[in-house]
Amino acid sequence: MGECLEHTPVLTGDTPTGGQASGPAHPLRGINRVFHGRRRLGVASTLGLPLLWMLVVYVGSLLLLIVSALYTLSSKTQKPTHELTSANLTAAFTNWDYVWVMLRTTLVAVAVTVVCFLIALPVSFFIAKIAWRRVRRGLVVAMLMPLWAGYLVKGYAWRAMVAPSGGKFAAAGKGGGGFLDSTFGWTPGYGRVAIVITLVYFWLPYMVLPIYAGIERLSPSLLDAAGDLGARPFRTFRSVMLPLLLPSVAAGSIFTFSLTLGDYIVPQLVNNGKEKYMFGTLINSTLGAPNQPLAAALTLWPLLIVVLYLFAMKRLGAFENL
Amino acid sequence: MRLSRFSRTALFVITIATLLFLYLPLLVVGRLSFNPQKSVSWPGWSGFSTKWWGKAWQADGPRDALINSCKVAFAAMCVALLLGTLAAMAMTRFKFFGRNAVSFLLVLPIALPGIVTGIALQNTFSRTIDLWLFSFRVGFGFHSLIMAHATFCVVVAYNNVVARLRRSSPNLLEASADLGAHGSQTFRYITFPLVRSALLAGGILAFALSFDEIVVTTFTAGSGFQTLPIWIFSNFSRPNNVPIVNVVATFVMIVSIPLAWLAQRLSDGGTDN
Repeated sequence: MGECLEHTPVLTGDTPTGGQASGPAHPLRGINRVFHGRRRLGVASTLGLPLLWMLVVYVGSLLLLIVSALYTLSSKTQKPTHELTSANLTAAFTNWDYVWVMLRTTLVAVAVTVVCFLIALPVSFFIAKIAWRRVRRGLVVAMLMPLWAGYLVKGYAWRAMVAPSGGKFAAAGKGGGGFLDSTFGWTPGYGRVAIVITLVYFWLPYMVLPIYAGIERLSPSLLDAAGDLGARPFRTFRSVMLPLLLPSVAAGSIFTFSLTLGDYIVPQLVNNGKEKYMFGTLINSTLGAPNQPLAAALTLWPLLIVVLYLFAMKRLGAFENL
Repeated sequence: MRLSRFSRTALFVITIATLLFLYLPLLVVGRLSFNPQKSVSWPGWSGFSTKWWGKAWQADGPRDALINSCKVAFAAMCVALLLGTLAAMAMTRFKFFGRNAVSFLLVLPIALPGIVTGIALQNTFSRTIDLWLFSFRVGFGFHSLIMAHATFCVVVAYNNVVARLRRSSPNLLEASADLGAHGSQTFRYITFPLVRSALLAGGILAFALSFDEIVVTTFTAGSGFQTLPIWIFSNFSRPNNVPIVNVVATFVMIVSIPLAWLAQRLSDGGTDN
């Protein structure tokens, strides 16, 4: 073996990137040589394009949006002029009507997050710890698949599910209600309960996935140890599992909370008549008013809340669990 | 942890109930698309008719919207794959200042509420941007939609590729270099085969994400341009079009769920290697 090593050109040659061993010179060799050992060029050539795109198209747009919140709306043309004013910002943050809609939307987001958590926890526990090992993967996939059924399709499905009977929106006036009403004789009808149910339906898989991954990572010996020390299952759950699962729950809640906060389609689908129930619909109708500067000022609300929320969840370790 | 038989049964029941909750609405829409009557009220399980599928097939609106959706999703997917793969390569191969900020930046378009992204992009695209030497306006249509969709699809492509690259051993690249391969050969014979299925999975997910998107789309499509979700959204409250909306919604489900399943299989495939 020693003899072989002595003749191996790669080990003795001065060129670490190859050399004689790799045959005739390759036309790209030159480019390769330029890159070799030049970290900055490497970073620039790979990261440059995506970074430029995100900064110019996205961050640039966000900054422009914030600037446009300072524009005055011309009373004649209903178009923004370049005169600067802080009136829109003041209105967005002090007008009680807007603040109240924002509070209500935050409450809906919290409710959706809590309900998702309450459903996701037992379900993930069952899949990760109790279900027959061979069906686990299948169950996880089954939980995730509805995510891809189409956002609007699912919203529309719930519209058909909760349609009340006899009402203005039932079935083109033909009397009978939707699936829930005619099968169980009960439906929440269109309104806030339907909004919460639909949003829970939308974002539940986002909560199940990280919690499932968290429970699967839990060492079974930890749970056994708690049991050996005399803890009942509930005590084990509360004192051992829950603290360890906190980052996973935080990761899931990012989706359930922030996606709910900005939603403006669901309130239109299952909340007929109440145009400004959620913040997204308020922004949309302000934009259509048309009052673009005020709409831009109003978007600062969800922007602020989501960024603060992201930072809070980052501190809980959510980002390692996404 | 020893659980009583009762707790196990309770957990089982909750899981089954949740699965029902997840799939029942989809079944209901599927059933409604075969509804012989025109109403949205629940027809029960008897009486099937395929006449609305025929009508939907002949209608121009949904078909044009479907073609538009596919074109936009395909173009956005290509841009997202290119940008996402480049970013993933940079993040796994190099350490540099502001590395965490980059991953934050990539997640931002899907973490922020869609309406914020939508209004921000609409505002930018509708402006005349003055760059001293020349000025331009992006405007609305195919291109604005592709730009908007690509922006929030990058993270999907990035996530898939970066996960695969992190899982694969860096020794492979070093071994390739030690054996005398140069950068392009290493990419062709080592890196690309490694990430191939991740690219496919990321591509499918990006396509699905774009195909499905409604919020950013309504703000960046401009008037007169319809994707399938926009078509559904502007027709769901018109009683005359409800049966066709049922068919289109069912069609979208039938196409996208198997695709998502395939993507799932592909992105899991890498764990075995």
